[in-house]
Amino acid sequence: MAQIIIKNVRKEFGDFTAVKESSFTIEDGEFFMLLGPSGCGKTTTLRMIAGLELPTSGEIYLDGEEISQKPPSQRDIAFVFQMFALYPHMNVRKNLSYPLVSQGMARRDVKAKVEEVAGILGITDILNKPVGGLSGGDRQRVALGRAIVRDPKAFMMDEPLGALDAEFREHMSEELRALHDRMGATTVYVTHDQLEAMQMGDKIVVMNNAVVEQFGTPQEIYDKPATMFVADFIGSPSMNFLDFSGKVADGATSVDLGGQAHGIPRQMQGASGDLVFGVRPEHIKLSDDGAYRGEILATEYLGTTQIITLATPNGEAKARIDSAQVAKVGEKVGLSFEAPKVTLFDRAGGQALRSELNDGVLSNG
Amino acid sequence: MSSFSVTEPTKRTKWFAGTMVIVYALITMLPLAWIMMTGFKSPADAISYPPKVVFEPTLEGYVNLFTTRTRQTDEFLAANPPETWYEEIVREYDMVIAGPSKFGERFLNSVIIGFGSTFLSIVLGTLAAYAFSRFKIPLADDLLFFILSTRMMPPIAVAIPIFLMYRQLGLSDTHLGMILLYTAVNISLAVWLLKGFIDEIPREYEEAALIDGYTRFQAFYKVVLPQAATGIASTAIFCLIFAWNEYAFAVLLTSGTAQTAPPFIPTIIGVGGLDWPAVAAGATIFLLPVMIFTILLRKHLLRGITFGAVRK
Repeated sequence: MAQIIIKNVRKEFGDFTAVKESSFTIEDGEFFMLLGPSGCGKTTTLRMIAGLELPTSGEIYLDGEEISQKPPSQRDIAFVFQMFALYPHMNVRKNLSYPLVSQGMARRDVKAKVEEVAGILGITDILNKPVGGLSGGDRQRVALGRAIVRDPKAFMMDEPLGALDAEFREHMSEELRALHDRMGATTVYVTHDQLEAMQMGDKIVVMNNAVVEQFGTPQEIYDKPATMFVADFIGSPSMNFLDFSGKVADGATSVDLGGQAHGIPRQMQGASGDLVFGVRPEHIKLSDDGAYRGEILATEYLGTTQIITLATPNGEAKARIDSAQVAKVGEKVGLSFEAPKVTLFDRAGGQALRSELNDGVLSNG
Repeated sequence: MSSFSVTEPTKRTKWFAGTMVIVYALITMLPLAWIMMTGFKSPADAISYPPKVVFEPTLEGYVNLFTTRTRQTDEFLAANPPETWYEEIVREYDMVIAGPSKFGERFLNSVIIGFGSTFLSIVLGTLAAYAFSRFKIPLADDLLFFILSTRMMPPIAVAIPIFLMYRQLGLSDTHLGMILLYTAVNISLAVWLLKGFIDEIPREYEEAALIDGYTRFQAFYKVVLPQAATGIASTAIFCLIFAWNEYAFAVLLTSGTAQTAPPFIPTIIGVGGLDWPAVAAGATIFLLPVMIFTILLRKHLLRGITFGAVRK
C-alpha cells in the first residue's frame, strides 16, 4: 500500500486542457474521492495515476517513485471501470485469474488466490459462470475481485457504482467502504455524486473546469468551502449566496446586509465591492422579532426537517428548519444567521475571504 | 380483445412474406441447380431440347474434368480391358485415360491464392483497422478516404500498368504475385469493415488488460481479437469471395503455374468439342470451398452483418 503524490500535473488533448496544474497528496490507506461535475478532469486525473493517459507535464509519485511516464503494467495499480469492463469472452474465474496469469504465477497459486478473493466477495458460487448473464451487483463484485486479486499498491475506481440502480448502490457503497477498511488499501474514487463522496471519502478533492477547487476532509469542505463553486456543489440544498455590495475590513466581525449588521467570523482579509454572504440552509434561523425579514415563497416537507424558500432583500435563500416549526407561504419572517458558520466570497473571483473559520484550509486548494 | 400487435405480423403478412422468400430462393437457386444437374448429365442429355429434367445420372462430366483422354485402336482396347469404373465410362467413347487433367492443380492454385490473400488481407487489415480505431493518427480521416478511394474504380482499369509492372518484377504467373494483387484490392474493404467492428469494442476491455499487466500487443490479441472474431469472419468471407471468383486479372496475369480455376474452367470447352457436363462439374466443385467456408462461418456472418445496428 502506498502514498500517492500528484505534483503540478497537467494534461492537454490538442488544444483542450483537461487538467490544469494540479497538486494534492493521497496518504497511505486513504479512501480518496475525486469529485466534480462531468468534464471537470477528474477521470483524466485518475487515468493519469493509473497510466492510461500520460500527463503533458508534472510528476506523479507512487510510494516515493516517480511513475508519471511508465506504462500501466509497471505501476502495480488496479482499476475498476464504470462499465466494469469484464472480459466478455471469459468466465468469472478466468476474469479473476487474468491479472495473476500475466505475472506468471503458478497455476495452483492462482487457483488458491482466486478462491480466496471470491470468498471475500461472496462470489464463490458463480466462479464458473460466464460474465454475460451476471446481475449488476455480481459484475461489480467480479470487477472488484479482479482489482484486489493481485494486492496492488493502490486502487483506482471510476464511478464504480454509476451503473447500478439507486437501491443497490447504497448497499454496494457500504460493501465497498467495508472492503476498503478491511484491506486498508489506498483507494482513489471518482464520482460526480457529492453525497457519495461525503459518505465514503476520508478526503475529497473537488475539481471544476480542469482545476482543483479544494482538497480536504468532507467536514472541511462542507463547513469551510474555499470557493463559491465548492459551496454550491456540496450539500443539498446548496449554500445560500446573498449578494451585497460593500466593504469588509481586515478584522471585521460583522457586515452590513440589507441595512442590518450580521455577525461573521473575524475576517483575516479585507475586501470591497460586490461580495457574497454565504450561509448553509441549516444555519438560517427563523425568529419573529428579527429585523432582517424575508417572505416565505414555498415549503418542502422532508420528515424531520423542512426546506423553506425565502425571498430576502439580498436574493432568494433556502432554510432548513425543524418540521415542527410553523411556516406558511406568504408570511413574512425575521431571519438570523449563525455567525461563526458564515463564509464571505468575492463575487467576481468566487474565492472565499480568509477568516477565523477557514484559516489554514484555503491554502490546501 | 383485438389481436392487433405492433411487433407481430398478421397471418396474411407472414404468408405473403413466406411466398416472396420462396419465389426469390427459386429464382436465385435455379441456375445453381441447373449447373449441378448438368454436371451429372451425359453430353447428349446436356444439350437436348427441351431440357431434360429427368435423366440418367452419370459421372462422365467429372471424369472428363479430371482426366485427359485419347482415342485408341480397337486392338489396343481389346487387349487392355478397363480396370476401374472411370475407365469404363471413357471406353464407351472408344477412349482411354492418358493422365490427370490440370484441373486439380488449378483448383489448388485457387485455394492457395484465395485463402492466402484472404489471410494476408485480414492480418494487415486488422492491424491497420486497430491502429485507425485506437491511436491518434495524423490525417487519419484523409488516409482512410485514400484507402477507400482505391475501390472507386474497377480494379481492371489498372490492368495494363500492373501487367507491365509484374512482368518487370517477375511476379507474372506466380502465386505470390496473385496473392499480393488480391490483397491489395481487398485490403481497403478489410480496413473499413474491420475498423467499424473494432470501433464497437469498448476501449475499457483493453485498458483493463493493460492495467492487469499486459502489453498493448498482448491486450490486442488476447482481448480485442476474440471480441472482433465476428467482424473478422464476415470480412474474411467477403475477401475470399472476391479473390476466389476473380477472373479478369487471373486471365491476364496467369497462364500456367499460378493459373486459378476461373480462367481454366472455360478452356475445357475447347478440348474435344463442347463438353458442357465437364464445365458444369468444374463449376460445381469450384463453388464448394466458398460454400463450406460460408456455412462454417455463417453464424458469425449473420451476426456480423447486423453488428452495430442494435445498441446492446
